[in-house]
Amino acid sequence: MGKTKKIIIEILAVIVGIIYLSPVYIMVVNAFKNRAEMYESVLSLPSTISFEYFRTAMSKMSYLNAFMNSLFVTVISIGIIVVLSSMTAWMLVRTKHVISKVIFFTFIATMLIPFQAVMMPLMQVMGFVTNNTFLSMLNTRFGLIYMYVGFGSSMAVFLFHGFIKSIPTSLEEAATIDGCNKWKTFWKIIFPVLKPTTVTVIILDLIWIWNDFLLPSLVLSDKGLRTIPLSTFYFFGEFTIQWNLAMAGLVLTIIPVIIFYMLAQKHIIKGVTAGAIK
Amino acid sequence: MKKSNKKMWFAIFTFPTIFIFLTVVVIPFIMGIFYSFFEWDGIVLHEKKFVGFGNYIKMFSDTRLGDSIWLTIIYTLIAGLIINVLGLALALLVTQKLRVKNTLRTMFFMPNLIGGLILGFIWRFIFMEVFKQIGEVTGFDAVFFNWVLDERFALLAIVVVSTWQMAGYIMIIYITGIQSIPGELLEAAKVDGAGYFQRLKAIMFPLLAPAFTISLFLSLSNSFKIYDVNLSLTQGGPFNSTEMFAMNVYNEIFSYKNFGYGQSKAVVFFFFVALITLVQVYFSKKREVEM
Repeated sequence: MGKTKKIIIEILAVIVGIIYLSPVYIMVVNAFKNRAEMYESVLSLPSTISFEYFRTAMSKMSYLNAFMNSLFVTVISIGIIVVLSSMTAWMLVRTKHVISKVIFFTFIATMLIPFQAVMMPLMQVMGFVTNNTFLSMLNTRFGLIYMYVGFGSSMAVFLFHGFIKSIPTSLEEAATIDGCNKWKTFWKIIFPVLKPTTVTVIILDLIWIWNDFLLPSLVLSDKGLRTIPLSTFYFFGEFTIQWNLAMAGLVLTIIPVIIFYMLAQKHIIKGVTAGAIK
Repeated sequence: MKKSNKKMWFAIFTFPTIFIFLTVVVIPFIMGIFYSFFEWDGIVLHEKKFVGFGNYIKMFSDTRLGDSIWLTIIYTLIAGLIINVLGLALALLVTQKLRVKNTLRTMFFMPNLIGGLILGFIWRFIFMEVFKQIGEVTGFDAVFFNWVLDERFALLAIVVVSTWQMAGYIMIIYITGIQSIPGELLEAAKVDGAGYFQRLKAIMFPLLAPAFTISLFLSLSNSFKIYDVNLSLTQGGPFNSTEMFAMNVYNEIFSYKNFGYGQSKAVVFFFFVALITLVQVYFSKKREVEM
């Protein structure tokens, strides 16, 4: 009884898993079919394996360009968020002053603000800066990265702050006595210790920035600057009717995500858990 | 000397973050409240006409906004419930002693990494072509038809997609909760002859209370802010029947160019989200005290 029951549960579980991911199956098989074959049966396997639609979708989406844009913006934004937020959080924890409390509280409180509440005035501010200074905030990667750093800093400061509070100060004091200044103390002693939180911040920001659509759609108007979600959006505007081509485009967009997931699975689950429970 | 040195280090470490944060979040937020009292079409050279609380009063007679808010509340409740039921069921499944449990966790979590916009497009194809074809072939066309074009089913379509996206995420939280339940407790109950559902009801559910609170409010506040899936799956249609709050705000500002009025909607949107989030934080904090 026990053994058969276990096997049945095992088989049922696998079936549930397969059904759960069936949309991915549907997407992949239809990316290989021509229209006639697709309308004959959407669920069947393709009769021939041809990468024709992938090639077409790749060029219509300027896929490689969009991929590089997404990669650049995501990596640089996350790098800056990690560096600046960890430094800030450390100073805020170690400086026992009302000002640090006020600053920290402001970071936390603004986590309540949904993007929609600030999008219009943000564009006004950035438009003003672009028109009145030598800095171009709109329609540049620099501007987009700057805004991601701004939006990402509150959660990152919050997560680092929580972790740093649990680190004893004795190590830092020893470093100071040995003649390290604050800069050296932070980078040599503290920053390496923060690794678990750094991984959490990287994972959460990566999921967010890589997939974000609304901010780049407001900031970037130049075709050559489009990120993957943006180019997918415009691609669909043109090719909704040609579903097989559209499916090939979608498969292309989720390949990087799946590769990343396979490589960093353990960290992703841990990072998401740590971020959610906070 | 020493004190000014300390101030210098404080500035070096905190100023860059604070400066960027102020210019991106705080100043636009304050300006947003300011803009919400004006009538303005967004063109810099055009006059901003001060209307006081006029924009806010106007909202009460804006039936399209009213419908949007209602729809968002209904959607949030339905999606929140289904996401949690499925998330918990998946968590219970993958915490069994199964050989495939790690693979299953990976599979259930995966949609969460695909962005909402892309998910919406994938499912638009499924509803438009796959559902239609299944309906034609099997004859179950009362269930399998193009949901996206039906006023009542389009909302359900969004529920399906966002459930697919979020259930795996919520599952992770429930798994953490289930794993923190002492195994001896369940063993003892088993020895005493309690069946699976009895153990579930008498031991697991009460001990999962903290996980319930977190998951419920996380899914509620996330559902309330839905935009990407809404945009790529239904675009608010058919006939605005699925235009959620976030999309209504976006359209008012950037499609209809009512910057002032749209911004006042954005402020109201902020209050709704803040309220849900604060309740969430309150319950999460309460849980910390209990533990």
